[in-house]
Order: sequence, then C-alpha cells, then structure tokens
Amino acid sequence: MLAARRMDNCRTRSLQRDAQTSIPKRNNAMPEAPLIACPECDLLQVETPLPPRRTACCRRCGVALYRSSSDSLDRALAFALAAVVLLVIANSLPIAGLEVTGQHTETTLWGAVQALYDQDRVAVAGLVFATTLFAPAVELALMLYMLVPLRLGRVPRHLSLAFRLAPLAHEWGLVDVFMLGVVVSLIKLGNLATVVPGIALWSFGVLILLLTAVGASFDAREFWLRAAANRAALDRAAGGTRERALEPAT
Amino acid sequence: MKPAYVTAAAAGLLSCPACALVSRPPAATTGIESPTARCPRCGAGVHARKPDSIARTWAFLLAAFVLYIPANVLPIMDTSSLFDAQQDTILSGVIYLWKSGSWGTALIVFIASVVTPLAKLLALTALLLSVHWKSAWRPHVRAQLYRAVSLVGRWSMLDIFVVTVLVALVQLQSVAVITAGPGAFAFGAVVVLTMLAAFSFDPRLIWDAAEATDD
Ligand SMILES: [Zn+2]
Ligand SMILES: [Zn+2]
Repeated sequence: MLAARRMDNCRTRSLQRDAQTSIPKRNNAMPEAPLIACPECDLLQVETPLPPRRTACCRRCGVALYRSSSDSLDRALAFALAAVVLLVIANSLPIAGLEVTGQHTETTLWGAVQALYDQDRVAVAGLVFATTLFAPAVELALMLYMLVPLRLGRVPRHLSLAFRLAPLAHEWGLVDVFMLGVVVSLIKLGNLATVVPGIALWSFGVLILLLTAVGASFDAREFWLRAAANRAALDRAAGGTRERALEPAT
Repeated sequence: MKPAYVTAAAAGLLSCPACALVSRPPAATTGIESPTARCPRCGAGVHARKPDSIARTWAFLLAAFVLYIPANVLPIMDTSSLFDAQQDTILSGVIYLWKSGSWGTALIVFIASVVTPLAKLLALTALLLSVHWKSAWRPHVRAQLYRAVSLVGRWSMLDIFVVTVLVALVQLQSVAVITAGPGAFAFGAVVVLTMLAAFSFDPRLIWDAAEATDD
C-alpha cells in the first residue's frame, strides 16, 4: 500500500521520471542485470533500459538515479568548449559601471576580488575567487581533459582522478549566485547613481546556462562505457601490432 | 504487506559515491567498513556509509552556529561619504532595500541571507538528532528536507557577492567609498561551514534508522 503510493509519487513528481527499476528479492541469487544502489537511501535496485529522455528514480525515496543514455558526452564536450570561451569573455570585460557626478568607475570580476584583497579581506577575496573563477575554470579544464581524448578514441592518464574532482569543482562553482549578487547590488546602487550593466554580465548569464548544460548532459554511465570501449580498442590495436611484429620471426 | 527493501549495505555490497558502480568489497578485508576499500572502476574510496558522518556534521554545524552571531551582529559593509559614515549589517541592508522601495529585492536578500542560513542550521540539527535517536518518523519528509538543504545552501552566498560588487564599484573618492566589514568574513564562513556540514551528512543514515525499527 505504502509502496504503491511512493511509486506514484515518483511518477508524478515529473513526467520525465519513470520508475523503471525493480527491487531484487531477498535471499535471491545475484541477478544478471547490473545493480544500482540509491545514493540517498542505499536501496539496491536492478538497472533496466529506459526509453529516450527518461529518468529512472528510486523506488523508495524518489531521488533521480540515472537517465537514458544518448550522445550526451559529445554534447557535454560542445557545451564545455563554448563555456570556456564565455568564461574568458566574462572575465576580461567589465561586469558593471557606475556614474556619479561626472565620475565613472567600472569593475571586472578580478578587479572586485582585488578590491577585497586590498582592503585586507583576504579570506573573503579568496572565497569569491575560488567560487566564481577558480571552480568553474577547474571544472571546465577537467571536462576537456577527460572528454577530448575520449572523443579521439584515447583514454587520458588520470581519468579516474579527474572524474572524481569534477563534481567537487561543480559543487563549489557559484557563478549563478554571483550573477544574482551583481543584479541585487546594481538595484541597490540604482537609487544613488547611474548604473551601466557591462557586457560581462550578459556573458555570465550565458556561462551559467552552458555550465548547467555541461553538468546536465554529462552522463557518468556512458562516460565509463566509452572509456572501457576505448581501452578495449587500444588493447586490441596493441595486441594486433605485436602479433604482426612476431609473424616474420616464426 | 510490507515490501522487502534490501540495501546495498545489507547485501554486503558497496556503491561508489563518484561513479555509482556497485561492487563487492575485497574478500581479504573484514567487514564492509574497511577503510581501504576502493572502487574497482574509478578508484574513489567506497564506504558503506560516509566515515564519521555524524561527528563531522556536528563539528561543522557547531562552528557555523558560533559564527552565526558575529555574522549577523558585525557590519558586513562600511559606507563613508563626505557627510557621514554608515555601517551595515545583513539585516540593515535588507531594511534599507525595503525602505527604498525595492520590495522584491529586499525579499530575495532576506530569504537568501537571513532565512536560509538559519533554516539550514536548524534543519541539519533536526536531521542529526533524528538519526541520533534512531527516529523512524517519516523518512521521506526528512530525505526531502535534506535535499532542500543541499540545494538551497549555496544561495546564501548572495550577500557576499553583493558586498564584493559594491566594494569594487563604489570607490568614488569625492562622493562615497564602500569597504567590506568583519561581518563579511563571519558570514562567508557560516555559509561555507553549513555547505560542508550538508556534504558530510549521509542521508542513508535516515533510512537505516527507519529500517532498524521496521524489523
Ligand atoms: Zn532511494
Ligand atoms: Zn567508482
């Protein structure tokens, strides 16, 4: 009775989410299908193939477990490349300007970090730098480091390390919050002076969309499938050349 | 009829926090709490439950509670103009916005900077206590509470960024100069500490307690 209600919850929360998973029976032998454990409630479930554009969610607690795979890695790579360009633009142009009685000031993100630093707010400056500049840059660098070689049929050296660090960088990147902060501060100043939103402000807006798109299209399952496929292909190629090299000797 | 829920931990399996691969811990190690277990696919450390989750979460949470007071009492921003000098705390900043007619913005800042940090501190405390007392009370509600805490926490950083932009822009020597106050550090620390507390908490503990009383 309870279980039925919970599954309904799961389905009604979003049309895109369908509970396609089933629970392995107690005291049963390990089923052949791959198992998946819910990251939030640890419930073991059997992974089943999904129709396109669907998300499977946990039978018990309803959290999203996995999505149907597609060409998501190539899309993630494309978004990441575009995001790099936007990150550079957003950081090299002024975010906003201010005009009061003939005086004009404007600032870039880096300039704002430096202003805090110059006022001996080193920790706050470090926090702003880490969350708005460093984390997104690291996330994108890691994405390119992983996805470019995978696209070219290779496997990067420190694939696992990069894979584990990327979510951390994603978690601490607060570009979206920063953007809202800029808007709020411009509203605050709007009462006192003429504010001029800079081009970087729009670039940050696009950057937020692209970073979200990178995170949304990056699929961990497909990622490891591709890595395994590349590794197998490379092993086969290496084995093939060795055999050929040996042939004349025999 | 009660559905039979089997968790990975109960089945003697570990799931990887990074790549989600479910694996059997190496036979050599005793029990599944082995500190050396690593994911065979991506090499991340795998644990049945996050190690010392409760102690770590309490530590971050208590530190956040302590800093919450200076974060709200100390000024986060000093404005000095030709005529006067003014110090703003988080709350006085909201009141200023409200009085100047930007009600929507005032509300956003109030929710992000005042309501959210406090709600987050209280919610995490409640979750920790419920796990400590092995409460079986509505695991769904508590799981959703945890999800909300993790999702919303980052937005509390809003005021830090507002101060950052104001400090950078308002450097008009003849009119006004804004500098960051000591409250900014305390407030930033509270936000970071509550984020760390949320990361350290293991939501699977909610369901463990619910299960234990079910059996
Ligand atoms: Zn679950
Ligand atoms: Zn793994």
